[in-house]
Amino acid sequence: MRCYVQSLTLAQFRSHARARVLADGRPVALFGPNGAGKTNLLEAVSMLSPGRGLRRAGADDLARRPAGLGWKIRAEVQGSDGTHEIETAAPPGQSRSVRIDGKLTPQLALGRVLAMLWLTPAMDRLWTEGAEGRRRFLDRMVMSFLPDHAEAVLTYERAMRERNRLLRDQIGDDAWYGALEHQMSESGAQITANRRTALLALAEATTGAQTAFPAAELSLTGPDDSPQPDTVADLRAALAEGRRRDMAAGRSLSGPHRADLGAVYAAKGQPAALCSTGEQKALLISMVLANARALMARRGLAPVLLLDEVAAHLDADRRAALYDEVLALDVQAWMTGTGQELFAGTGHRLQGLRVTQAEGISAIEEKELP
Amino acid sequence: MSPPTEPGEIDALIAQVARLPGLGPRSARRLVLHLVRRRAQVLDPLARALARVAEAARECSLCGNISTSEICPICTDPRRASGEICVVEEVSDLWAMERGGAFCGRYHVLGGTLSALDAIGPEDLRIPALVNRVRDEGISEVILALNATVDGQTTAHYIAEMLEPCGVRVSALAQGVPMGGELDYLDDGTIGAALRARKTL
Ligand SMILES: Nc1ncnc2c1ncn2[C@@H]1O[C@H](COP(=O)(O)OP(=O)(O)OP(=O)(O)O)[C@@H](O)[C@H]1O
Ligand SMILES: [Mg+2]
Ligand SMILES: [Zn+2]
Repeated sequence: MRCYVQSLTLAQFRSHARARVLADGRPVALFGPNGAGKTNLLEAVSMLSPGRGLRRAGADDLARRPAGLGWKIRAEVQGSDGTHEIETAAPPGQSRSVRIDGKLTPQLALGRVLAMLWLTPAMDRLWTEGAEGRRRFLDRMVMSFLPDHAEAVLTYERAMRERNRLLRDQIGDDAWYGALEHQMSESGAQITANRRTALLALAEATTGAQTAFPAAELSLTGPDDSPQPDTVADLRAALAEGRRRDMAAGRSLSGPHRADLGAVYAAKGQPAALCSTGEQKALLISMVLANARALMARRGLAPVLLLDEVAAHLDADRRAALYDEVLALDVQAWMTGTGQELFAGTGHRLQGLRVTQAEGISAIEEKELP
Repeated sequence: MSPPTEPGEIDALIAQVARLPGLGPRSARRLVLHLVRRRAQVLDPLARALARVAEAARECSLCGNISTSEICPICTDPRRASGEICVVEEVSDLWAMERGGAFCGRYHVLGGTLSALDAIGPEDLRIPALVNRVRDEGISEVILALNATVDGQTTAHYIAEMLEPCGVRVSALAQGVPMGGELDYLDDGTIGAALRARKTL
């Protein structure tokens, strides 16, 4: 099933006072000068999936300044089970609401309509910075295979926040800890199992794949490469045994919230963190493409890809290879670059959109690519 | 001539009514107008009923239900001594269960759920009282009808642990029904089905 965004209407979203994009299913190339509003548009698309979008912004930051009227996004999407109308909005000072086909729903329901993955320039340092970013990237990939993953993550995090509060308040009620650890171990073991399933699917889609991008060998590790409790029983025991230590630390020290995603540039046997900037980027692209292939193989559906400034750090050959592979995968990728020459040679194979900005307000127009 | 802007007694009543759950300023004005236009049929009986409830309403000292006697009718009715206690979070949940008539034992209202982040601990809920009742009343089964939220389930596991030494059967309503939703919002048939499909913890 091809899943893609068919139309997108923005009102008071970031620099876009009003904007409407009709997408025909081809990959989209957005170009225009710095500050034109390209990333803002990608961010709007990212709000069609659960969470805070590709900049992890709060609802109020998304409203166009200085108007401060709140914002709204409407979209028609071809989802995994037919077309749907999605509306998401936040009035000033309120959190965002989601409607699917007119019905108010929890955000998590968005993950069942579309699978979505993104790469942003901020992720260029993913392999060298803290584990949190890598976990988030991994969990987004997991969610594309298993939409229910998000629920396990929310349950786990809520129970862990409760436990952390008990630890910080130095409360010694064993039954209370036990009740929270019961839930942490069940959702936590589910999280680990889901992550392993996703890594397995990625590995399958990586071996023998026809691609210009370097294969990554991925692994799930604990902090400092230590082994992590996997099963419900082991996790529960580890949490119970760790209470005293955790109380001293003021937080929970074992569990999937401390896991890390390891990656090795397979052809060179080099850990990702030691690779060149361009190689690190190529690894990320390779993983996103593998994810798209795996999703086709496993669930028979194509994810929407948001590739912000993906052309940066890629030489001309790699760029051309990326466009070819995106087209071969038949996925809707939304890609940005400052000049249209970055998309040279794609012609009508990509849908070109020029983004401009005047007096703080962005405008979008359809434009054929060279 | 402009309407009076001084907030009079009626405006004050409208403001009070508008603060009730499910009502806003518009519906409050409509409601108050309805009351004053039908003094004898609606307003006077309502005022008397409110005064009586204000005088007599209290929490049942056994189960936490709200009625107009020290011990509520469910706790005094000998036919409800089935040996089963259904534990709910709020009085509204108890009333929702009663509405369906699917349960013929007695209840225990906790008055909330455990939440470290909101500083609600076991002593803020009626958990010790529950343990005493199980010991004193010859209870054979405790049915936990708590929400499918993390806090609701934490409370369920906690109570199960506290009741462990009593040797009583502890069960929970079939999960997956309330999606972050309270019992109050379920229809009667769903409550009955969840009760019949309860699982031992
Ligand atoms: N809430 C907001 N209200 C109004 N304008 C905003 C808001 N948030 C961001 N902007 C502005 O939107 C403009 C466009 O931002 P965006 O990141 O989309 O640019 P871009 O086209 O991706 O540029 P670049 O090529 O540099 O990445 C910026 O000038 C920014 O100041
Ligand atoms: Mg940008
Ligand atoms: Zn009672």
